[in-house]
Amino acid sequence: MKNCLVVDDSRVIRKVACRILQELDFETDEAEDGISALAACRARMPQLILLDWNMPNMNGIEFLKTLRKEREGMRPVVVFCTTENDVAHITEALNAGANEYIMKPFDRGIIEAKLVEVGLM
Amino acid sequence: MAPDDFNFLAQLVRRRAGLVLTAPKTNLIEGRLSTVMRRFGFRSVDALVKELRHGRDTLARAVTEAMTTNESSFFRDRAAFEQFRDLVLPHLIEARSDSRRLRIWSAACAAGQEPYSIAMLLDDRKLAANGWSIDLIATDVSAEMVARAEDGVYSHFEVQRGLAIRRLVAHFSQEGGNWRIHENLRRMVTFRQFNLLDSYGWLDDLDVVFCRNVLIYFDQKTKSQVLDKIAEMLMPDGALLLGHAETASGLSNVFLGVDHAPSLYVKGRIAAQRLAAAG
Repeated sequence: MKNCLVVDDSRVIRKVACRILQELDFETDEAEDGISALAACRARMPQLILLDWNMPNMNGIEFLKTLRKEREGMRPVVVFCTTENDVAHITEALNAGANEYIMKPFDRGIIEAKLVEVGLM
Repeated sequence: MAPDDFNFLAQLVRRRAGLVLTAPKTNLIEGRLSTVMRRFGFRSVDALVKELRHGRDTLARAVTEAMTTNESSFFRDRAAFEQFRDLVLPHLIEARSDSRRLRIWSAACAAGQEPYSIAMLLDDRKLAANGWSIDLIATDVSAEMVARAEDGVYSHFEVQRGLAIRRLVAHFSQEGGNWRIHENLRRMVTFRQFNLLDSYGWLDDLDVVFCRNVLIYFDQKTKSQVLDKIAEMLMPDGALLLGHAETASGLSNVFLGVDHAPSLYVKGRIAAQRLAAAG
């Protein structure tokens, strides 16, 4: 089964995203900030990371830059999922190594379409 | 809705656009009529149909347009676009290397996602920049949809279905919560309101026709007539792309399917074998 780490400081968003991903046959784990997401990745690298931008302790872009520097050969698919919906943020995310980008609010159709884009469906 | 009113509506829509309305869809039909009722100030379906029976053309046109299905997304049914990009386009670029001209028709363009998806694939090949003349024609039976398509503005939800984020950033500009297609792609497409039952005289020498997810709404006879008219307008080595739930088999003596490319149809066995071999 494919697995996804959902990283968001909102418990509600994590719950909604996990439910959608589980319906799409993903096993899910959760993290509430970049620090705990890094710890989760070091313990077990997921195939997919759904990543919020604005979080306490370590935000999404800092997490992504750190992640892309470590564990050579382990490149999980990273899909940003954020309210930062402008071209500057999208470009910054892509330059940092994001594979796709979801602009909140999202629904199941959007998550499904983005998973098709990154080859996970 | 009274059975008599339903039959009248069904005949009207069939005559004007070839669309087949069936009784089990009465709720859907009434839902679509509600927008027309609001626009023209009718309080009931009965009153609307009564006025239609008097032959009011603007109302009949609005009702017909309301009955069309306008659901679409960028690169909808990705396989069809891959077949166009990987099988059809390479052949045409080689075959038209002297004339450097391509004529492509998106026959039921809805809000424009299909022709703009085609335009993005053509832009990837830098054809216009290399001196090619591209006629990308997009039509729809609904004037409202044609106007929307021509405007080229899409919601946050629309641009996130089927469109990779890199394409969004490359080809759209943000306008508040919406996204507007860039002018170079918008100018690549010529939009026009057109009913597939009308004369195709102005659509000659087509290289590719996208006629997807529209034949399913027609009866068998109308499907055959539309396919025959497309065949007449299509170049001998041209290609037709249908929706994934549609087929030309049993409806056309001209079009043959291409092995391993279920949406793709060409005129004649040699063309089918050539494209199958290229895949």
